[in-house]
Amino acid sequence: MKPQPLTLKVLNVVSVLLFLGALGMVFLYAPLEATMNYVQKIFYFHIANAWIGMLGFIAAAVAGILYLVKHDQKWDIIELAAVEISLVFFLIAILAGSIWARPTWGAYWTWEPRLTTAAILEMVYVAYLLLRQGIDDPDRRARFSAVYTLVGAISVPITFMSIRLFRTIHPVVIGSNPAATTGSFDMTAKMLVTMFFALFSFSIIFIDLFWHRIRLGQLAQNVEQLKLEELQ
Amino acid sequence: MTHLQTTELRPSASIHPSSSSFLKAIGAIVWKDLVAELRSRELLSAMLVFALLVILIFNFALELDPSTRKVATPGILWATFAFAGTLGLNRSMAVEKDRGCLDGLLLAPVDRSAIYFGKTISNLAFMLIVEVVVLPVYSVLYNTNLFNPGLIIVILLGSVGYVAVGTLLSSMAVQTRTRDVMLPILLFPVVIPILIAAVKASSGFLQGVALEEVMPYINLLIVYDVIFTAVAYMVFDYVVEE
Repeated sequence: MKPQPLTLKVLNVVSVLLFLGALGMVFLYAPLEATMNYVQKIFYFHIANAWIGMLGFIAAAVAGILYLVKHDQKWDIIELAAVEISLVFFLIAILAGSIWARPTWGAYWTWEPRLTTAAILEMVYVAYLLLRQGIDDPDRRARFSAVYTLVGAISVPITFMSIRLFRTIHPVVIGSNPAATTGSFDMTAKMLVTMFFALFSFSIIFIDLFWHRIRLGQLAQNVEQLKLEELQ
Repeated sequence: MTHLQTTELRPSASIHPSSSSFLKAIGAIVWKDLVAELRSRELLSAMLVFALLVILIFNFALELDPSTRKVATPGILWATFAFAGTLGLNRSMAVEKDRGCLDGLLLAPVDRSAIYFGKTISNLAFMLIVEVVVLPVYSVLYNTNLFNPGLIIVILLGSVGYVAVGTLLSSMAVQTRTRDVMLPILLFPVVIPILIAAVKASSGFLQGVALEEVMPYINLLIVYDVIFTAVAYMVFDYVVEE
């Protein structure tokens, strides 16, 4: 594996610092919310992870399209890295949401539309990984993965549509809440700042992990090429 | 004297770009599938028997007294259609691959998307035939009147979307190592929006809910159908190229 470039080493350090900074802001800077107290604080990381997870999936779909158009294997590596890492970020978002839901809604999980579509999105990308496992030919694997990422990523806007289309108990953070939602709250300026800082921090962490995963992907590709050459 | 014309291995190779040959190609593929099925009847019988068995299992799985039946009917129907549909999609593509028909179709001088539309229409036909049989059987077995025009429309829209995505994904699944198992894993997460909207809309129609409340779900079905048919049509070439 090629040694880490300086930018990456700096990014590693910056990511850790930003994460600690975000953590500090959540506990020390952001005010305590009136009704939900401490459990509301998980919201900052929940939102950050959910947003980044979503955008990561879109990035994967774009990489997929670029692979289909250009047939350059590097887009396949980028796509796989994006999916794997977004999968984890989104999973963290779902788990954080469940922890928040227990005291607020009384249950870890409800089958309301938005949560359900989030779970489905997660399953789409697990299916993606299973699909990749089932194909040996690198070109076919890359093509099929790209196609499936595209199909799966179309679910992303449908996930967002569901918050507007269906009545839901999931609070709408930006926009008005239907009367039935519980757990919604209005954000003060300090909360907004904390939320955006958390969003920014997790973006940087994502980029850092993404870069590492791409390097790993390149190594895996080299190994596979060597294996295929050996077999011939 | 006929001779085989091989297409160049580019996604949209077409020697006769006119639309009539495109439609003729689709018609030919649909006709081939329907005639083959008429002679062997293996696909439809498997799907039908499976669907009826699923309904039977639901009878034991859920406590279906008259009141619960009203609420559970749309769900049971769509679960049945989804599972039977998977069976049909799998068999339909597997038969193509095993008998080398797919290679033959790919060598033919037609636009690859004609193969997609042809297969989708024939898959849709099989799924609709199964649904046409299941509805009266269910009505009789559970003493529920399912002859509701709204319900029929929902079933049609839902089936179109299901088959549009299903045909694309089954073309991929049939080329993997894990074959039959792969299709449900790939298909169900992507097709669940259809199931949600279809079940809600079906339930709305069966319970006589006001039309404005059901329309959002119908719209979602239509949007889904249009989007995914377009996407599948565009990427099908990449899935079948060698």
